[in-house]
Amino acid sequence: MKKGVLLGFLIMVLAACSSNTPEEYEPIPYTLEIPTLFQQKLLPPVIPANNPLTVEGIALGKKLFFDNILSGTRTQSCAHCHRPQDAFSHAFQFSPGANGNLGTRNSMPLFNNAWNYDELFTWDGKEFSLEGQAFEPVTNPIEMNGNWQDIEQLLNNHDSYPELFRQVFGAGRIDSTMVVKAIAQFQRTLISANSKFDRYLLGQETLTPEELNGFNVFMDEAKGDCFHCHGSDNNPLWTDNQFHNNGLDATFTDLGLGAVTGDPNDNGKFKTPTLRNLVYTSPYMHDGRFATLDEVIDFYSEGLQNSSTIDPLMKNVNQGGVRLSAQDKSDLKAFLLTLTDPEFIRDPAFNR
Amino acid sequence: MRRIFTLFFMAIAFANCNDLDADNEAQVTIQFTHNWDGFVVDDTTFNSFQFQTANGENVSIERLRYVVSQLELVGNRNNNVLTQDYNLVDVGNGTGLQLSSSNVITGDYQLRFRFGLADADNQDGVYQDLNVASFNVPTMLGGGYHYMQFDGKYKDANNQDANFNYHVIRAANVSNPSSPVFLDTSFTVDLGTITIRNDAVIEVEMNVAEWFVNPNTWDLNVLNTVLMPNFNAQLLMSQNGKSVFSLGPVTQ
Repeated sequence: MKKGVLLGFLIMVLAACSSNTPEEYEPIPYTLEIPTLFQQKLLPPVIPANNPLTVEGIALGKKLFFDNILSGTRTQSCAHCHRPQDAFSHAFQFSPGANGNLGTRNSMPLFNNAWNYDELFTWDGKEFSLEGQAFEPVTNPIEMNGNWQDIEQLLNNHDSYPELFRQVFGAGRIDSTMVVKAIAQFQRTLISANSKFDRYLLGQETLTPEELNGFNVFMDEAKGDCFHCHGSDNNPLWTDNQFHNNGLDATFTDLGLGAVTGDPNDNGKFKTPTLRNLVYTSPYMHDGRFATLDEVIDFYSEGLQNSSTIDPLMKNVNQGGVRLSAQDKSDLKAFLLTLTDPEFIRDPAFNR
Repeated sequence: MRRIFTLFFMAIAFANCNDLDADNEAQVTIQFTHNWDGFVVDDTTFNSFQFQTANGENVSIERLRYVVSQLELVGNRNNNVLTQDYNLVDVGNGTGLQLSSSNVITGDYQLRFRFGLADADNQDGVYQDLNVASFNVPTMLGGGYHYMQFDGKYKDANNQDANFNYHVIRAANVSNPSSPVFLDTSFTVDLGTITIRNDAVIEVEMNVAEWFVNPNTWDLNVLNTVLMPNFNAQLLMSQNGKSVFSLGPVTQ
């Protein structure tokens, strides 16, 4: 009998101990606040079942995103090439990596990526999922040039990270999978949906005649015909998240999607970038060749280059494009600027 | 009396047999396939000039997406099976090519669907999956959605590559913006009666070549791009579309 009482007491003590052990911490589930237009027009965002959003996970992802610990030199974070003030892109044509090396592609902006349903990321679509994408730049020699083993060791020996990771992922050694999951959680919260045009669609603001005409140029198949690839008032992502050869070059130095798929029919195809926040995301195109929006519009109007993989949606290629009038060009630019969301770049939740 | 009883019993037995037959259920799959006068059209035959229109232009297909709606198996005992309200078939991506219905009671069915969306269903911006596929039609042309987006290249009169955008939508004449004219150019396709005995795969074939002939021989040198706002071109497309679909093999 005594033994039985002792055993019961021991069990109770152990149970009490285990309920106080740090492994039991349950992170707080986080529900994305989905903008009204996105709710109305778009399918739900992609949130993998094995990486649900939590308050602690997002906070950890944000801390990691801005932390130099992920680079080989400990001098560079994700935010060096994806700066909040540039709508998480970079103002340089090619961003210098941790060792000062330059790449060959312009840094893509990061927002509304939870609504990329095919989950193919980067200009050539070579990375699947936000988690998968976050792996690559850390070890890329011309980007952060890090080493996952070293980074994992640093994180495990850090004074604050082990507790933060434990709160999100439970007990266990910190590894690269946890790192990219946390960063992906943070990235899924980067939502931009409060531009002048959004408010216009919600009936909260009016557009000028020039902006309205610019929108019509954008939507007119005989003029800009931008909507087939770049979304519309019914696709507020302002991208189809697909890959097109938009007629930049007659021959290709960068094969884009073709280098990933190995299919020559994909040569010269790059991801359609979103048109939101263009004010902050210059320079433009995958190689940042155009410094200004005027150059971009001129290119589509008169500068198209023919090639075997040019998208059939590019019209009048032999004449260089659709040859917009000066007024239509100016109005198109005015419309594009209504897709600017200053609140997004100022949001303290997204800044260091 | 005994005979009458026997007859009555047999009648009940037969009736029960019929009920048993009626209770047999099958899974029916509608499979959309595509060909050019018998030659397979799929993502492996895209991007090469291997097809020729009735008018003689060599054609390379680069994108082929279309919507079918109100897809129904209409039973002869008022047992209609609505397989899908609408479905986006994307030949290049290989999506939307199959639709399945389970619990289909065996028997005779008429297979029919609508190419595109009838006006009542063609409401602007209401289908989220079509919005994210950027399948919308601009409001200036009445809004709603494309019926089909068929893009490719053809060899022009100088044997140069030229682009075509054979985009089928509700016909819209907006030349006078104050009184635009819209015409529902979607159409019903009736593929006849099919007897479902077991689980079945029903092939619906699109002969892509038919978009360029019958009744209207299509000259890509004349009608190639900017066809969405072209009211007459939309009428011609709708007319040609009516011979595009046919019933293929039924496997069961």
